[in-house]
Amino acid sequence: MQLVLEKRAERSRTIALVSPLIAIGLTLITMSILFAVLGKNPIMALGVYFIAPLTDGYSLQEIAVKATPLVMIAIGLSLCYLANAWNIGAEGQFLMGAVAGSWIAVNTQGTDAGHWVLPAMLVAGAVAGALYALIPALCRVKFGASEILTSLMLVYVADLVLDYLVRGPWRDPAGFNFPTTAEFDPVATVPVLIEGGRLHLGSIIALVVVAGAFVLLDRTIKGFEIRVVGVAPRAARFGGFNANQLVLLTFAVSGALAGLAGIIEVAGPIGHLQPGISPGYGFTAIIVAFLGRLNPVGILIAGLFLALTFIGGEQAQITMKIPLDVTKVFQGILLFYVLACDSLILYRFKLVFTSRQVQSGAG
Amino acid sequence: MVLVEAIILSVLAASTPLLLAATGELVTERAGVLNLGVEGMMIVGAACGFAGAWMSGSIVVGALCGIVAGMLMSLIFAFMTLGLAVNQVATGLALTILGIGLSGLIGARFVGERITTAPKLSVPGLSDIPLVGRILFGEDAFVYLSLALIIAVWWFLYRTRAGLVLRACGDNHVSAHALGYPVLRIRLLAVLFGGGCAGLAGAYLPLAYTPFFIPGMTAGRGWIALALVVFASWRPGRLVIGAYLFGAVTILQLHAQGAGVGIPSQVMSALPYLATVIVLVLLSRARTGGSTAPAALGTVFVPDR
Repeated sequence: MQLVLEKRAERSRTIALVSPLIAIGLTLITMSILFAVLGKNPIMALGVYFIAPLTDGYSLQEIAVKATPLVMIAIGLSLCYLANAWNIGAEGQFLMGAVAGSWIAVNTQGTDAGHWVLPAMLVAGAVAGALYALIPALCRVKFGASEILTSLMLVYVADLVLDYLVRGPWRDPAGFNFPTTAEFDPVATVPVLIEGGRLHLGSIIALVVVAGAFVLLDRTIKGFEIRVVGVAPRAARFGGFNANQLVLLTFAVSGALAGLAGIIEVAGPIGHLQPGISPGYGFTAIIVAFLGRLNPVGILIAGLFLALTFIGGEQAQITMKIPLDVTKVFQGILLFYVLACDSLILYRFKLVFTSRQVQSGAG
Repeated sequence: MVLVEAIILSVLAASTPLLLAATGELVTERAGVLNLGVEGMMIVGAACGFAGAWMSGSIVVGALCGIVAGMLMSLIFAFMTLGLAVNQVATGLALTILGIGLSGLIGARFVGERITTAPKLSVPGLSDIPLVGRILFGEDAFVYLSLALIIAVWWFLYRTRAGLVLRACGDNHVSAHALGYPVLRIRLLAVLFGGGCAGLAGAYLPLAYTPFFIPGMTAGRGWIALALVVFASWRPGRLVIGAYLFGAVTILQLHAQGAGVGIPSQVMSALPYLATVIVLVLLSRARTGGSTAPAALGTVFVPDR
């Protein structure tokens, strides 16, 4: 028996729409089996993971809070991936954005600096993220070095930079030796939308980013160039599109969005700079980008869904003692199914029983 | 002299996981498949290797568990990229994400446990030769196994017919297919070999390098192994040099930290990663004339029947 792929004459539109749903369905089945192996009731576990967080206001806000960085980063990554530029170092760009923005917050601390502080922090975060992303992009464009490896290596470097700063020069003198800066001043904090709630201005910014990406891809020449370079590099060359310039552009934009997400996370829900500010947002955003089919609206939905798994995972750990790593396994399996189902858009899968049947069938 | 010997011994140990993982990836890439999931296969190999050794009390069983775990991971990758023609870059990333989660799940119960690490070899007479004795005959068996493996790979790739066919699949899968070679089956074997090597490389960490398992203990070594293959221009000989150079950088930064040089420890820890970036840039730059990468590397192959 043999699995054979048959190329479709055209991309299947129906499957393009339902394939993420098939993928989620298959993931849920696989997860049920995993829960059963771990000795947990699968129905209950899935309920805690996916239903319970949707039933109370606090969790719903928390989902939006977690989805904010995921969506912002994934939008940037989708531009890169559409242009066939493989930025997988968004985690590092996120951290560098957080560091650069925090630099302003730390240096204005306790002064009577006005309301310019937060906007300046956001700009600093975006610029730092963009510059940090331009390192691997320039290495690829100028020297032909694989941007996959260089962008990933810089994640570890960014992690160490942050670690050095909060243990060294920026450590809160009143912080009992914990590696953290002091709490940011109110003018250096992202305001919450509802008094006493968790939902903050960053979620609005994320929605603006989604809308901006939609307009860019759907209504501008640049967006068209990005898509053509990815799908048909040869045609793009004949069209006179500058592929290198697009690599730099998409990396800079995705770095800026990751950096912005980083400083919003630090100046918003966390409130100070410390190690471990990201539970791997930069990597989970890769899954969000693919699950959302590299489409802005799809990414918004996918971001909310993966945020749900973070919240559900935390609740499952508390109420059912399910290890937190299950969430990562879930995310990995989901990405596998998404990619596998995407193959269905381009190919028809056929099970062939013997090679002779193939020949008689073809002839 | 004792210090020099100690440094060389620690460089050997630090380089071995890099060399093992990079050897596997070299064969995989020579067959035309880019498996970016080395980090994921390594970390699962580390968790399963430790689990196997802890439960059985045998280092050999642990190493075998690591190899099998790495191969199973690579089997998922092979099914996706060879069977379903999915993009290799994306699948490799997925494999790493899955591997980090799985290793946490498998290894959680073993965090805090200890085992006795693989014994250092002792050949009567030979291991006691001054200076070179301990280096040539006194390390753990994995160190020599990794060297034997890369020599075997060199011999296989350049001195056997099967090796030639494998390289042909990596350079031009359409021609290889037209000549009647089973491209996908050959690639499957190459991917499995890569997975086994990565699993063993991961298992080396808790079985010989440190006597315990901690989540995330591979710390990017899988990615460095990928960079090493590029560094080596896909040639086994250069791979050995590269692996030992990187091992030396790792040890250098550890010693510098220990000696209390007036540089923040984080700067030293960042050295291996920065070195990787710099090396990639320098090498790619030196090679602008023509790429030495297998021509079909990373491309999807769907045989027309």
